Amino acid sequence: MAKYLLLKHYRGAPAAVNDVPMEQWTPEEISAHMQYMRDFADRLVQTGEYVDGQALAPEGTWVRYDGEGRPPVTDGPFAETKDLIAGWMVIDVDSHERAVELAGELSAAPGAGGKPIHEWLELRPFYAASPTDADCHASG
Amino acid sequence: MDEALLRSLTPGVLAVLVRRGADFAAAEDAVQDALVEALRVWPADPPRDAKGWLVTVAWRKFLDQTRADTARRRREDRVEEEPAAGPAPAVDDTLQLYFLCAHPSLTPSSAVALTLRAVGGLTTRQIARAYLVPEATMAQRISRAKRTVSGVRFDQPGDVATVLRVLYLVFNEGYSGDVDLAAEAVRLTRQLAAVVDHPEVSGLLALMLLHHARRAARTAPDGGLIPLAEQDRGRWDTRLIAEGVAILQAALARDRLGEFQAQAAIAALHADAPTAEETDWVQIVEWYDELARLTGSPVVRLNRAVAVGEADGPRAGLAALAELDTDLPRHTAVAAYLHERDGDLATAARLYAEAAHKAPNLAERDHLTRQAARLNSRSDRRN
Repeated sequence: MAKYLLLKHYRGAPAAVNDVPMEQWTPEEISAHMQYMRDFADRLVQTGEYVDGQALAPEGTWVRYDGEGRPPVTDGPFAETKDLIAGWMVIDVDSHERAVELAGELSAAPGAGGKPIHEWLELRPFYAASPTDADCHASG
Repeated sequence: MDEALLRSLTPGVLAVLVRRGADFAAAEDAVQDALVEALRVWPADPPRDAKGWLVTVAWRKFLDQTRADTARRRREDRVEEEPAAGPAPAVDDTLQLYFLCAHPSLTPSSAVALTLRAVGGLTTRQIARAYLVPEATMAQRISRAKRTVSGVRFDQPGDVATVLRVLYLVFNEGYSGDVDLAAEAVRLTRQLAAVVDHPEVSGLLALMLLHHARRAARTAPDGGLIPLAEQDRGRWDTRLIAEGVAILQAALARDRLGEFQAQAAIAALHADAPTAEETDWVQIVEWYDELARLTGSPVVRLNRAVAVGEADGPRAGLAALAELDTDLPRHTAVAAYLHERDGDLATAARLYAEAAHKAPNLAERDHLTRQAARLNSRSDRRN
């Protein structure tokens, strides 16, 4: 019972094996890819492991506080930003091994030529629930 | 209407349906429907015999569903409407339900979800909220769990240890959403202790009560973690402590020690001390030795190193720690604490920061970061 975030990157991940940009796929290959993603999410609902999934637009804005009474400063987007998140899926699974197994399946989504993309996905654990008293003891 | 009282009737009602020949999955659905109906109807029109009412309504719901299914399969065999006389129960029905919901063929998360619904009487929505997953996901988790155990015979004896592990998992999940899972775990363990005479069930119940007693003192107003030594002991629930200690003493007197009794004994020694300084660390080390013998767990030996540090001084604690794998969760946090006690504040500050980076949850991360910051700002002032 641990939650994991599967992060998909537009940029910043190591190169995939089948590394062809989506606009160079055939329309049928794009449809097959989308269908694979939907089926994957549906299957996780069936197994009781699905929490959430969202896709993000590539262009974002940087925002920061600029002092009392002033509107926030905005900037960007910056083309040089190395790490660009494309979307995520949150899963709730019994073990780290299961999380790795599911990330592997998601990475096998078909791309150009109908072949698996072998895309690198980033797997990040959520912090667990707050500790019990017994645990506090060991943390000093 | 007392919802907890209503939910406490759940396992008994479910057991009656199963004994009458209903299959477990269908019976469980029918009981859920009856609980929902009770919540709707009872406030205005409370029944004289609550359990009898639930059995009647649940059985009717079961028959309605069975008829609907039968109508869909017109050419198939008709289902008998009269209750079949089930086999006489060899073990208490409620206990059988606990065994079924914690069956070893289930994954821990499935066993937890099924136990909370079929034994605890919580709705799927409540369980989903408590575990922060969508209701559809939790509904699937529960129905898969029911399918997994559908072939298990209801009168098979089970293993109490698997049930205790499930209840312990629920207890440790604490409090999130609108259901207090720790309180629910206490309730379910109490109910289990009422139907089975086993020293480890008592041990777990005592352990839960002793930990639950400290809950109000454990969290700062800002949500931060307050370690045992710094807790305001006046805020501990003395009624729960007294109950936990009494249950533990009765269990220990039977001379069948197990890990939950040993853990409860350690919790009881903490509860016994009017101040942190008066804690009987020598006895606590002895209990950790017992616990290490019973479980062989490296986590236990890590906690033992903390206790040794208190009983025999930080150098002894560090020596005990040196025997353990540095990859153990919280090893760095323990090392930081023992170095601080030993007066090596620079090392302690560095290790606290490192431990914060590896913390398994937010509360511990923030606590350890504050420990590092406290030591760092102290040495800054000296410079």
